[in-house]
Amino acid sequence: MSEPEMPGIATTLESEDLSSGRRTLVLNMGPQHPSTHGVLRLLMELDGETIVRCQPDIGFLHTGIEKEFEVKLYQQAVTLTDRVDYLAPLSNNLGWCLAVEKLLGLEIPQQAQWMRVMLTELTRLNSHLVWLGTHAIDIGAMSVFLYCFREREDILRIFEMFSGQRMMTSYFRIGGLALEPPRGWQERVKRFIDVFPSRVDEYEDLLTNNRIWIGRTRGVGTFPLEDMLDLGVTGPMLRAAGLKIDARKDEPYSSYEKFDFEVPVRTENDVYARYQVRIEEMRQSARIVRQAMDGMPAGPWKADSPHVVLPDREKMKTQMEALIYHFKIVTEGFRVPEGEVYQVIESPRGELAYYVVGDGTAKPYRVHMRTPSFGNLQATPRMVEGTLIADVIAAIGSMDFVLGDTDR
Amino acid sequence: MLPDQLRENALALAAAAFDADAVTGGKFDRGELTLEIAPAKISSVCGFLKYDQKFVRLSSVTAVDRHPAEPRFEVVYHLHSVERNERVRLKCRVSGVDPAIDSVTSVWRGANWYEREVFDLFGIRFHNHPNLRRILMPEDWEGHPLRKDYPITGYRI
Repeated sequence: MSEPEMPGIATTLESEDLSSGRRTLVLNMGPQHPSTHGVLRLLMELDGETIVRCQPDIGFLHTGIEKEFEVKLYQQAVTLTDRVDYLAPLSNNLGWCLAVEKLLGLEIPQQAQWMRVMLTELTRLNSHLVWLGTHAIDIGAMSVFLYCFREREDILRIFEMFSGQRMMTSYFRIGGLALEPPRGWQERVKRFIDVFPSRVDEYEDLLTNNRIWIGRTRGVGTFPLEDMLDLGVTGPMLRAAGLKIDARKDEPYSSYEKFDFEVPVRTENDVYARYQVRIEEMRQSARIVRQAMDGMPAGPWKADSPHVVLPDREKMKTQMEALIYHFKIVTEGFRVPEGEVYQVIESPRGELAYYVVGDGTAKPYRVHMRTPSFGNLQATPRMVEGTLIADVIAAIGSMDFVLGDTDR
Repeated sequence: MLPDQLRENALALAAAAFDADAVTGGKFDRGELTLEIAPAKISSVCGFLKYDQKFVRLSSVTAVDRHPAEPRFEVVYHLHSVERNERVRLKCRVSGVDPAIDSVTSVWRGANWYEREVFDLFGIRFHNHPNLRRILMPEDWEGHPLRKDYPITGYRI
């Protein structure tokens, strides 16, 4: 454990070995490199154009969210979860709400469950679109980005319609949804989902058979499935390596078992296969959104649990108990029984898990977020060592990490 | 010693059969299995679970600070078996005085960053860890932020 010259800013790889006579160069990439999508820093030792060693440096976006959880009421903490993975805020909302609901033993009405499924799938589309656009721009296909962000804008408008916010939605609350689904949402979602599959075709027209795209991605970023499992990689990366694993199918939550969709799997295990898996996931997500939209159950959109869920505005102004509950929930929150849960969901990036420890008070005792980006990023050295420097951008782009998700 | 609740649980029985001293307790709560493991045995139990019981994935390693209770820390491991579609939580209680436990990086290489994170935020050391440095906080940071006696706001004097 050697002390770096400047605290926190190591300029070389530790234990640098130049004694073998081999001349190597240490190249610093990031933390402000445009292709690292955030503040990832990679230190790479190069022998010519080959990467001998790679060492990721993370933590630049650490904001102590896990500590912050411990001083927030359970309901207030929903807003923290948005800010973890800012490309998939609703997936994080969902993970948190499901974990706390499991602790409470709270049953959620069907409409809320289906609405959650629909919106998290739109989130998956949103996240995959940002990934595809930026990944393509990294590799040099500029125009894909513009198309992807065109559709992303539609999705963000849908989020805004539901929650009033484009990104930090906080739309899922413990016990259901934050607001009643807005009037006319069906038309809005329908208009989007009717054209979306053809838009995916457009992206594919631009990329799938593009010789440059294939040349830059095929056979790049491969490493064995055993290493992936060993290093904690999850999500589309595993599915592109031939392992059919998806929490939506394996450990269904929020009524996912009622939806008909496929889990796309490829076996080539390279950047191109990950691209194909995510493209197919977009089509499958669109299927789920359509099923949810068509079959949306009627009924309440929040649980009938007055000590946890805020009462309707109307009731609050006409009924004494509702007013009391409202006051109590807002001022002191609700007590969650002692216990611990580990709630796993399938975020766009892979396995997202909330480990929540309750101690019987109105604030969580401890929250740990098992975020997919953290696990995936750990495999970076294994993926890029021994490959060419020019492939690093394509390789790390195929991981689809978000640094907010990594550093928390 | 297995609690009565777990006498029917196949995985708990298998772990107890592998090493009776290793499993010191456990519970089955809200559909989740927790096994309490003696800290000295964590590495061998993890090896058994990975190679014999097919828990090929280490989902996460984290810790809980029970300050001021003693033993103060709980180091928590979440394991996942893809083949069995099952999860198990392992828990080791570690003293608050010079907290340390064996690393499981020899079983899963992926434990590396998780253990670094626990070291960084809780100050629990992991024996035989290949690179036990801070990971999220700056290298020269003082203190371990997720400890319960670490303030949430304030200035350093």
